[in-house]
Amino acid sequence: MREVHLPRTPEELWPILDGEPEVAVYAGGTDLIVRMGTGRPDPPSLVCLERMESWRGVRDESGALWLGACTTFSELLRSGDVCGRLPLLAAAVATLGSPQVRNMGTLGGNLCTASPAGDSLPPLYVMDAAVELQSSRGTRRMPIREFITGPGRTQLQRGEVLTGVRVGIPQGFQVHRFEKVGQRKALACAIASMAALLKLSGDGAVSEGRIAWGSVGPTVVVSAEVEGFLRGRKVTPATVEEAAALAERAVAPIDDVRGSAAYRRQVAGNLLRKLLYETL
Amino acid sequence: MTIRFVLNGNAVQIEAPADRRVVDLLREDLGLTGTKEGCGGGECGACTILIDGESRLSCLMLAAQLEGRAVTTIEGMTRDGVLHPVQEAFVRCGAVQCGFCTPGMILSASALLKQRPDAGRLEIRAGLSGNLCRCTGYAKIVDAVEEAAAELRGKKPE
Repeated sequence: MREVHLPRTPEELWPILDGEPEVAVYAGGTDLIVRMGTGRPDPPSLVCLERMESWRGVRDESGALWLGACTTFSELLRSGDVCGRLPLLAAAVATLGSPQVRNMGTLGGNLCTASPAGDSLPPLYVMDAAVELQSSRGTRRMPIREFITGPGRTQLQRGEVLTGVRVGIPQGFQVHRFEKVGQRKALACAIASMAALLKLSGDGAVSEGRIAWGSVGPTVVVSAEVEGFLRGRKVTPATVEEAAALAERAVAPIDDVRGSAAYRRQVAGNLLRKLLYETL
Repeated sequence: MTIRFVLNGNAVQIEAPADRRVVDLLREDLGLTGTKEGCGGGECGACTILIDGESRLSCLMLAAQLEGRAVTTIEGMTRDGVLHPVQEAFVRCGAVQCGFCTPGMILSASALLKQRPDAGRLEIRAGLSGNLCRCTGYAKIVDAVEEAAAELRGKKPE
């Protein structure tokens, strides 16, 4: 039998993390417990963060929202602040898993699992979210783009946990769009996804575009080339084709059980085509 | 470890390994075999139970997490031998074929209708999207939940 710790405060958590270096941390269990069912990982003990009230909920922080890492996806979707001010994140989270998975899974869990298919990740990349990491030694913050270093890999150190995510509220973007292509509508991992924010000027040009793709690389893919190309550019069939071609070159997908690399590359481009044509 | 929680309305105190999956605790240790295990990986919804009224997957929860919670399984939907309106509607509409998904479907449906008593067919389909059925094609299940919703609304004083 493994011990399962259920701390309620950071003061209860730190001695567990510091005293049991091999302890596995989870919140909702929708990733870790699934993987443990296959025999790996097989941690000696577990700590469940579902009762860490201080790392739960949504707080207004002048121009930004702080989202507690232990907040479930259902709680995020019930938050008027998240739905009203971060509609891109809300749209992505609404496609994640199923009602039961959204009642259990947490934002922090999605980030720490660091799957390239994690549905909350592309919106957090385009909004330049920053993560807050804590341990008994203190607190550090870093951009999500630095935090996630590879598939399933993050900068989290031993004894450290993700406690919150700070997301600046996007200003002046008329288009907030999340697209996910999967094998079915519910309970599907993305084969490819795209989160986008667009600012349009009156003459049909894109004054700023921020775009990130999920499931088409080892981590979420952002492309300075695509964003640079779009800046100030009028949306015409020729520019759409050029932008989509740049996107297809920017992504680095693999073949897996859900789709081939070639298909994913094409879908990544097509999602951008669709987004841009719809601005016309 | 000792775990105290409320099971289908009754306060219980049990001894169980902290890391025992809740679905095993319910079925093997407590004999409540109404909860089914389908995939064991969170993808089918057969093991759905309610925790403090919210639907969860008992195959992905560990016993320690039950401490202090109120748990509802399909066995707790019936009161004194009287079926819950969602169960009645499933019977009336022929929404049950093999029955394996039915406990999870009924718990998901009742949680949905508590949150959204006015749910229409599209919302019902979305609310049940975490529960797979391989027999019915879902049409009669959605019919049943729609009927139950109307009945539950009618019973409520406006």
